[in-house]
Amino acid sequence: MNFESIVPMSYILATVLFILALGGLSNQETARRGNWYGITGMAIALIATILGVVTAQYTILLVALLIGGSIGLFAASRVQMTQMPELVAILHSLVGVAAVAVGYVNFMDPTEHLTGVELTIHDIETYLGVLIGAVTFSGSVIAFGKLSGRISGNPLALPARHWLNLGLLLAAIWFGREFVLQSAAGGGMQPLIIMTVIALLFGIHMVMAIGGADMPVVVSMLNSYSGWAASATGFMLGNDLLIVTGALVGSSGAILSYIMCRAMNRKFLAVIAGGFGTGGGAPAAAGGGEDQGEVVPVDPIETAELLSNAKEVMIIPGYGMAVAQAQHTVFEITKTLREKGVNVRFGIHPVAGRMPGHMNVLLAEAKVPYDIVYEMDEINEDFPDVDVSVVIGANDIVNPSALTDPDSPIAGMPVLECWKGKTSIVLKRSMATGYAGVQNPLFFLDNTRMLFGDAKATLDEVLKNL
Amino acid sequence: MKIGVPKEIYAGERRVATTPDVVAQLTKLGFEVAVESGAGTESSFSDDAFREAGCDVIASANDLWAKSDIVLKVRAPESDEVARIRSDQTLISFLWPAQNPELLEQLTASGATVLAMDSVPRISRAQKADALSSMANIAGYRAVVEAAQHFGRFFTGQITAAGKVPPAKVLVIGAGVAGLAAIGAAKSMGAIVRSFDTRPEVKEQIESMDAEFLMLDFEDDEDGSGEGGYAKVMSDEFIKAEMELFAEQAKDVDIIITTALIPGKPAPKLITAETARSMKDGSVIVDLAAEQGGNCELTVAGEVVVDSGVTVIGYTDLPSRLAAQSSQLYATNLRHLLTDMTPEKDGNIVVDMEDELVRGATVCKDGETTWPPPAPKLSAAPPKAAPEPAPVVEKEEKPRSFLGTAIAMAVAGAALLGMGAVAPESFMSHFTVFVLACFVGYMVIWNVTAALHTPLMSVTNAISSIIVIGALMQISSDNSLTMWIAAVTVGITSINIAGGFAVTRRMLEMFRK
Repeated sequence: MNFESIVPMSYILATVLFILALGGLSNQETARRGNWYGITGMAIALIATILGVVTAQYTILLVALLIGGSIGLFAASRVQMTQMPELVAILHSLVGVAAVAVGYVNFMDPTEHLTGVELTIHDIETYLGVLIGAVTFSGSVIAFGKLSGRISGNPLALPARHWLNLGLLLAAIWFGREFVLQSAAGGGMQPLIIMTVIALLFGIHMVMAIGGADMPVVVSMLNSYSGWAASATGFMLGNDLLIVTGALVGSSGAILSYIMCRAMNRKFLAVIAGGFGTGGGAPAAAGGGEDQGEVVPVDPIETAELLSNAKEVMIIPGYGMAVAQAQHTVFEITKTLREKGVNVRFGIHPVAGRMPGHMNVLLAEAKVPYDIVYEMDEINEDFPDVDVSVVIGANDIVNPSALTDPDSPIAGMPVLECWKGKTSIVLKRSMATGYAGVQNPLFFLDNTRMLFGDAKATLDEVLKNL
Repeated sequence: MKIGVPKEIYAGERRVATTPDVVAQLTKLGFEVAVESGAGTESSFSDDAFREAGCDVIASANDLWAKSDIVLKVRAPESDEVARIRSDQTLISFLWPAQNPELLEQLTASGATVLAMDSVPRISRAQKADALSSMANIAGYRAVVEAAQHFGRFFTGQITAAGKVPPAKVLVIGAGVAGLAAIGAAKSMGAIVRSFDTRPEVKEQIESMDAEFLMLDFEDDEDGSGEGGYAKVMSDEFIKAEMELFAEQAKDVDIIITTALIPGKPAPKLITAETARSMKDGSVIVDLAAEQGGNCELTVAGEVVVDSGVTVIGYTDLPSRLAAQSSQLYATNLRHLLTDMTPEKDGNIVVDMEDELVRGATVCKDGETTWPPPAPKLSAAPPKAAPEPAPVVEKEEKPRSFLGTAIAMAVAGAALLGMGAVAPESFMSHFTVFVLACFVGYMVIWNVTAALHTPLMSVTNAISSIIVIGALMQISSDNSLTMWIAAVTVGITSINIAGGFAVTRRMLEMFRK
């Protein structure tokens, strides 16, 4: 057979399958098929490359594939749905490492020898691939640490951090120039290594400076970077499949970041520059200390009564539900109430949780049917008809001051307007503030009841009394 | 603005377009509401109850029409009423513009703004104003009550000292809103309920109501779902198989409730005279499609007929027979529509033709017919439109950011041209592919539903490990350092490939209705 033309043909097929895989995700019915398209595309690309390009070391290759594959499958089958953000973050770091490794190897052991402009362009491509790969790697590792609680979720605010970032960027550009010049003369390894270190530091610093509430943006941004890294590697190797796939993934991540930023009414750059309350916003955050009045506590028995007497119930889950692993109890309560004829729905804020779509995955895991799970835009105007809203471990996404207080750090962020319903029940461990560090006037409203305690334990209690 | 609610003049119509509860809510929106004296009598809302809710009660219909800016009705206007409409008035009622083209012409000629409650589009946001569903729900319930009225036995099975009573068997054909409501009502009375529908996606809904879904023994997987979640016309073989199923079921069941309708077509004849007569004596057929010609050949629209011991109920006014309930739900649907049209809550309606809900319902405005509206293509699971852009805050910054965009584009353009001047051809072809791929990605990703963002990230992560190709190209190198690095890279990326796809699969398995 003539593998020379079969390989590019397979790559085109794989490209099409990848596009179909992403297209399939447009709704739940076609999503599973989409995933199979993705798997098929990947298998075709791998097999074609192994048969058509690889000429030796089949044993090592297969062993590496098998070991890696089993680790991957094992991790995927063991991971808890609440830990999904961590898993996604650490997987991103692997793409980063791969991009760096491929870049280095390609530089050390080039298959073709270029000169002149072509060499310059190739060097820039190599340099960019390694740069983006290294940022993706270190950034993802830090994001993993933050998401899994190994590193504090608070933003690390170094003095003059913007200047530091700028300095690192300029240094990366300068070493890039050095690299191109030295590479033309036959060297170049030294600036490449220095740049890699700078890029790693940059990635660490960038993610360290971002607060826990902004994690959905960070995760989707790293998703985007891993795509651009693959794309840059594709340019370096002159491989269109890598370019296309990388670009697809890159734009996917970029769009997700944009959606997340818009859901928080924040500028992308402001999130990346790090920390909540940069500049003038900080004093307003201190407003949390003010005495805003009394909260009305409620116990699980009363909660159960309120719920059984309601006609319309809206459940608003947040990161607290994930932490307490309360999604199964939530569904039991939902089932019980629905059997009693109570219309229970779920309202999901786009940035609830730690990555895009996090809450949907958790609810799906608990077998909550997805046609009672609504997005914020779909249900926000229904709140006046809602008898009881149950807010589970969410805070900033139900904060009325986002709409009323122009000085609030979260001013202008669209929120779920549960206070327009008849009663809101807020489940919370204590009166501590959310990630934004802003006090929530919702808790002090007349029609709000506070149910203190661990979400899982209190909800179990509520379920018992239903 | 003043809202007027006249008494329905169509013979036998008992409903009214508003209720005291709804009046109170409309008043909150800033409207003044008046009803014609006696409008709510038939649906048990007295004039006094309306007065208490803060409503004017006007004795004559003529005065009421003259004083109102907005008229709310249930039935389409009769010729007397059409004569009263002024060009500055807004009329909201059922209209059925497809069936009543002359009426639509007359209304258009009057210059008034007319919204048809039957033309409210089937989109999620419009559900609260979807009067067809509200009425269908009532019709389904009432169908069971009518059946029980004419059926000589219990619905529920009982074992008593006086002997054993078998439960009634009910077959519901067509599981739309009405069908599901009928299933629910019959089920809660204790009957054994079976149901059939040509649309396979409703199987789960039927089963969720604890009824049995009748499978059709048919080779082709023909899907009866048409546009907008309604059914469509099926092939001849399918209908034949379907009729055989009904003929066989008819001998077994006691009650058949048919709700099969296809938009814009006469109702399909599913129960032949022969099938109907083959039912046991005392059996009941309730035909909810009677107005569109009926699903049963024996049906006489508006009447109850008895043929060979089988009662066939062809009432066309089932919602009106539950007037208080229908009025309340219909009035609430109207209120939701009005709330939507009153963004300032100041009692002044805005007919915003950019609003999909209002656009869909409006059939004529300013002397022009605006029906049918541009069709929103929707099935049971609507594809998400791209979220609406630009909240207010952004608009204020627009002039500056436009300049910014212009500068950015100029810089990017210059950079591209500069690059083009020096770049070799091979690079340009790759670059073309890259830019096109970015746009394909952009187009595809906007269609991804928000609920699937996490699977999207894990699947993109898995496919971004296509970078393994790079390592595969290097693994055959003679240089052992190169080879080993490449091998490790292959290992690492394959973690990603397997892990990414597997976890995506795991997540997607969990998404269920």
